[in-house]
Amino acid sequence: MADFDIPELKEIPEIPPLKEGAMAHSKPFESKPDFQEPLGFPGELVDNWEQVAVEKLGELKGKFRSLQVFLDSCVKCGACTDKCHYFLGTADPKNMPVARQDLLRKVYRRYYTFAGKFFPKLVGAVDMTKDVLDEWYSYFHQCSQCRRCSVYCPYGIDTAEISMAAREIMDAVGLGQKYCNEIIAKVHKIGNNLGLPEPALADTLEGLEEEVKDDTGVDIKFPLDVKGAEILLVTPSADFFAEPHVDGLIGYAKVFHETGASWTLSSYASEAANFGMFIGSYENMRRISRRIRKAAKELGVKRIIFGECGHAWRVAYSFLNTLAGPWDFLDPNYPVPQHICEYTWEAIQQGKLKFDPSENDHMTLTFHDSCNVARASRMGDKPGGQLEIPRNILKTVCNNYVDMPENTIGEATFCCGGGGGLLTDDLMELRVKGAMPRMAAYKSVVDDYGVTNLAAICAICKTQFAKVLPYYGFTMDQIVSLHQLVGDALILSDAPGDDDDTDDEE
Amino acid sequence: MSALSVSYALLFYVATLIFVIGVARKIWIYAKTPAPLKIPTMPAPVTKSGVVLRMAREVVLFASLFKSNKWIWLFGWLFHMAMFLVLARHLRYFTDPVWWWVNLIQPFGKYAAFGMLIGLLGLWARRFFVERIRYITGPSDHLMLALLLGITITGMSMTFVAHTDIVMVKDFFRGLMVGSIRPLPDDINLLLHLAFVAALLIVFPVSKLLHAPGVFFSPTRNQVDDAREKRHIAPWAAELDAAESGN
Ligand code: SF4
Ligand code: SF4
Repeated sequence: MADFDIPELKEIPEIPPLKEGAMAHSKPFESKPDFQEPLGFPGELVDNWEQVAVEKLGELKGKFRSLQVFLDSCVKCGACTDKCHYFLGTADPKNMPVARQDLLRKVYRRYYTFAGKFFPKLVGAVDMTKDVLDEWYSYFHQCSQCRRCSVYCPYGIDTAEISMAAREIMDAVGLGQKYCNEIIAKVHKIGNNLGLPEPALADTLEGLEEEVKDDTGVDIKFPLDVKGAEILLVTPSADFFAEPHVDGLIGYAKVFHETGASWTLSSYASEAANFGMFIGSYENMRRISRRIRKAAKELGVKRIIFGECGHAWRVAYSFLNTLAGPWDFLDPNYPVPQHICEYTWEAIQQGKLKFDPSENDHMTLTFHDSCNVARASRMGDKPGGQLEIPRNILKTVCNNYVDMPENTIGEATFCCGGGGGLLTDDLMELRVKGAMPRMAAYKSVVDDYGVTNLAAICAICKTQFAKVLPYYGFTMDQIVSLHQLVGDALILSDAPGDDDDTDDEE
Repeated sequence: MSALSVSYALLFYVATLIFVIGVARKIWIYAKTPAPLKIPTMPAPVTKSGVVLRMAREVVLFASLFKSNKWIWLFGWLFHMAMFLVLARHLRYFTDPVWWWVNLIQPFGKYAAFGMLIGLLGLWARRFFVERIRYITGPSDHLMLALLLGITITGMSMTFVAHTDIVMVKDFFRGLMVGSIRPLPDDINLLLHLAFVAALLIVFPVSKLLHAPGVFFSPTRNQVDDAREKRHIAPWAAELDAAESGN
């Protein structure tokens, strides 16, 4: 099935002996001028790239306090060394968070610190060379920016910030990553990651309406570009097509239908994902975010709600106000933006939704906390709501729910292995190996509690699991959307004679 | 006045100057560099007082490190807390009359030196015996531990083995504080101890010891989780907004 060794699933956490250079060969396809230039980056490696890289590093450390403080503060205590799923899965020591940071830190030290300028050997400072650049390209594309390391570092050093800066520097010298930059170019041009234009989107949504009508007998709408709607739903474009994502979208539509909400999608801002974050580009992230502002204004909506997507929710929850605010033209009674889980959970608490959880009785579920939701955002008004609310919903709509081991969920959650702009086929080995800790945790509840399915609220996690589950002896359909479970258990009050469609799973 | 006393006096003036200016400069840089995005590691406090509490748990209890690795926590915490006691005890060489609370902790401060020693040895041993930590350890990491251990051992041998003329030492430092150079005992333990301390002061602003001010500026630990309630924007980012008109 693969031309690399698939890690064995053992008790976690197991710390492997180091295998130096084990993943030195791993690197994603390089970007092309066509994908670089629309983002404001040079098409190919510029002549004086050493100088440009060093200057860019200087610029970034003056713009981002995180970078400046993190580059100075690491004491090499080693506390983070066994926390990265890519290290646990590959055993390559450069995938230990501190070692990954050091790839950038050694250049910072050489050009920007007294010790590195005068005693480079002593503090491990090196010149910016092609070898260094190649190593950056490889190992900064082996970080999913999951922030697990930052939870455990005594100074909160977040390797994600370092990876983002390194990718921004590489883009500045003309060495971009194809997967991310091609996608971002599409968003700038068309509005979504898939490059799906308005007519195709309208077509797809119409098809969904028919499908749901056949299924439930109810006219559930998937409105597009409806001016004056109350809610603008911004969701990852994978929700329009991919399995199991689309079942989630159907779930949101059913919830909106049942609460009687007036809502719409936008063909201009038809993407929740924001890969600008992955490449560390404030400017690109901002440009993508501002499409949402523009759509909200043009449609005259009062609220913005985001669909299931991890990094999109980070950008939405933590950055949207900064990047595209202020939101003073929206209804001040609601936070901007909201997560679909916040909306659903509130409707449940208000008694607006009725469920038949036995519809999901053929499954025993567990929940995968997506990194960007768990460690980089919140839901509700209390810290930790991002961990509780999805579980509360799941326990409402399913009878059989079990958590994975404590040290693999919540703030300690293991990444799916495909986040941070690595969800591309040219990084398959990395993705499979990086999924090992999560797969091991999943296997433990499969073996011990008969868990059959894994629910997630992230488009990247869903795609990644659908791909890697089979490598570990599971099936791709074991990954489900949270709102698929909501939609399946939801009792539609205007459903025609529903006697025959409730118990067909027996 | 002996050449020795004069050179130590000068050494301490220079070292202190480098330390104060160097650290102040770094703190200034950290403070003026904007944090353009809200990046607290979640779940995070939603109020300022919550952040103060979180930071206190980090710097007093090393809460994240405790979560992370019990051995590093044990040795690291032991070393730091013992060091603070020992440093506080050292205030007696700079104050006259000695503050009451410094007298109070005197006995604890004396024996805390053993805590420092055990902590340092434990941390150093891990640099040799744990493969992952050996991999990330560079020459400067060994040197730093050697320096701290040097300070600890020379200090301890003055407390517990061969006392130095401590009245004279105190007079020397009280003198430095008012700009007068007074004689220093020429005791090898003392001279080494002081030389190591001066070296530590000098390297502090250019080394990983910057973690001490750094931790207070770490955005993942010191930010309030209130991104939706309050618009957070850096000056350089606000300029991007201003450059666009209308929307
Ligand atoms: S952010 Fe995640 S992927 Fe990156 S180094 Fe840290 S633990 Fe590893
Ligand atoms: S836990 Fe933090 S300080 Fe310790 S080695 Fe890792 S990044 Fe450095």
